[in-house]
Amino acid sequence: MQTIRSFFTERGFLEVETPVRIPANAPEEHIDPVFALPWQLQTSPEICMKRLLCRGYERIFQISRCWRADERGSRHLTEFTMLEWYRSNADYDDLMADCNGLLAMIASVCMPDGLFRHKTDTINPNAPWLRISVQEAFLRFAGVDALTALQKGLFDDLLTDLVEPALAKFEVPVLLVDYPRQLAALARIKPDNPLFAERFELYLAGVELANGFSELTDPDEQRFRFIECNQKRVSAGKQPLPLPEKFLAEMSAMPPAAGIALGIDRLVMLTIGAKTIDYVVAFTPEEL
Amino acid sequence: MLSVADLKKGAKLTLDGDPYVVTAFDFVKPGKGQALYKCKLKNMISGVILDRTYRSGENFEPAKLEEKDMEYLYKEGTHYTFMDQQSYEQVVMEEEAVGDAKNFLLENTKVSILLFGEKPIGVTLPNFINLRVTQTDPWVKGDTSGSDSKPATLETGYVLRVPPFIEEGELVVIDTRNGEYSTRVK
Repeated sequence: MQTIRSFFTERGFLEVETPVRIPANAPEEHIDPVFALPWQLQTSPEICMKRLLCRGYERIFQISRCWRADERGSRHLTEFTMLEWYRSNADYDDLMADCNGLLAMIASVCMPDGLFRHKTDTINPNAPWLRISVQEAFLRFAGVDALTALQKGLFDDLLTDLVEPALAKFEVPVLLVDYPRQLAALARIKPDNPLFAERFELYLAGVELANGFSELTDPDEQRFRFIECNQKRVSAGKQPLPLPEKFLAEMSAMPPAAGIALGIDRLVMLTIGAKTIDYVVAFTPEEL
Repeated sequence: MLSVADLKKGAKLTLDGDPYVVTAFDFVKPGKGQALYKCKLKNMISGVILDRTYRSGENFEPAKLEEKDMEYLYKEGTHYTFMDQQSYEQVVMEEEAVGDAKNFLLENTKVSILLFGEKPIGVTLPNFINLRVTQTDPWVKGDTSGSDSKPATLETGYVLRVPPFIEEGELVVIDTRNGEYSTRVK
C-alpha cells in the first residue's frame, strides 16, 4: 500500500477520500449495490471522484472500500478494496502507461524475483506487455466476431470460457482494449470506429485486475446510457436504480479525462501468489 | 426451490429427474459483465459428472433425499432387499447401487439407506463391522519369508489381506470405508 501511495504522490496525484454511502451509483446492468437505506454503499468511488474532476482537481487517486451485492467467488468478495485514479486531459493510453509503471514498481519493491504469480503461472511486468483488441481476441481465441457474440448473448460465456484462459497463457500483463460500446456505459466512443469504446481491461495470468477508460464527458449522452442500463435491468427482472443527478448536472464542467479502477485484493493475490481471494483478507464473509 | 445463491459445494439438486450433488463451484463475473455460476455436478446414481453454467434468476428443484435406518434381509440374483426398521416396509436395490457395501452385508446387518424420493440410491454401513474368516492358510511359525500379511476369505465371500496370525473361524473387524482389516475380535 505504501508503494502504491508513493507511486501516485511522486507523480503529482492528490490522495482523496469521498463518502462511501451515497444517494446513487452509476447504474450498471450487472452490478447491484448494497443498500444502506435510503441510500446505497458505493460500488466504486467513480461518481464522487468525477465530480472532483469537474471542480478542477486534475490528478486524484483513492483507496477505498466498495460493495457489490451477491458477488462471492474465488476472485470476488462482496466487500473489497479498490484503487481508483483519474487524470484530466488524458486518455486510456495514459492509464495503460500508469499501470505499466505501477506494476513494475510493485514488482521491484515487493517481490524478490520481480514476478507476479498465479497458480503455476509467473508474470513478468518488465517484459513488453501484450495489447490486443477485444475484436482481435474474440476472432483469434473464440473464432467469432465480438459483436456477433454480444448480439447472441454469448459474449460473457466466450470471454470466460475461451478468451480469458487464452490470455492466461501469456507470461506478461495483457491489455484487452476497445470494448463494444454497449459494454462501456461510461466510456468515450472511439473516434475512428463508433461501434467500439475506449475501454480496456488489464489481465495478469487471466485474472482481471483493472478496468479503465477514456471518460465520456457529454451529460446528455451519459443520461441516455444510464436510462438504457435501467431499461435492460427492468427487462431482466431487476429493479431500476436512481440516477446520480448531481453528477449529471455538473458533468458539463468535466474536462477530457481518463479513469481506472484496480482491485487491490486481486493485486495482493498476484503479488503473494495466493490461490484465491480468501487468502488476502483477514475475514471472509463466511467467517463473520 | 433453490436459487443460484444456494449453489455451493455439497448442494444437492434435481436435474432431468436425477439427483445431483455439486462437487465444485465457482462464481465468475467478467468486468461489467453478467454473473456466471459454474458448477461441476455429479449424478448421485450413475456417478456421471456434468459441467454446467447458470445465470442469476435461475431456479432449481432441490433433491429430496432422506436417510433411513434399515436392516439387510436377503439377496436374490442381483437384487438386494432391505427392511425399514420403523415401518417394516421393504425396499429392493440393484447390485450396482449397493456398490462396495455388498462385500460386507450379512443378513440382519443394520445399515442406513439413502432414498431419492422412493428410490433407494445408496447404502451406508457402520464404519466398523465384525465378520468371520471362513478360509485362510495356517501360519507356519518361524516363517521368515518376510511376508507380513496373507489372503483370507470372509463369510460374505470378500477376500482381503490379514496378518499371518489370523486363523480360520476367527472374527475380525473390518473398516468398511476402505475395506481393510482393522483388528481381531478376541
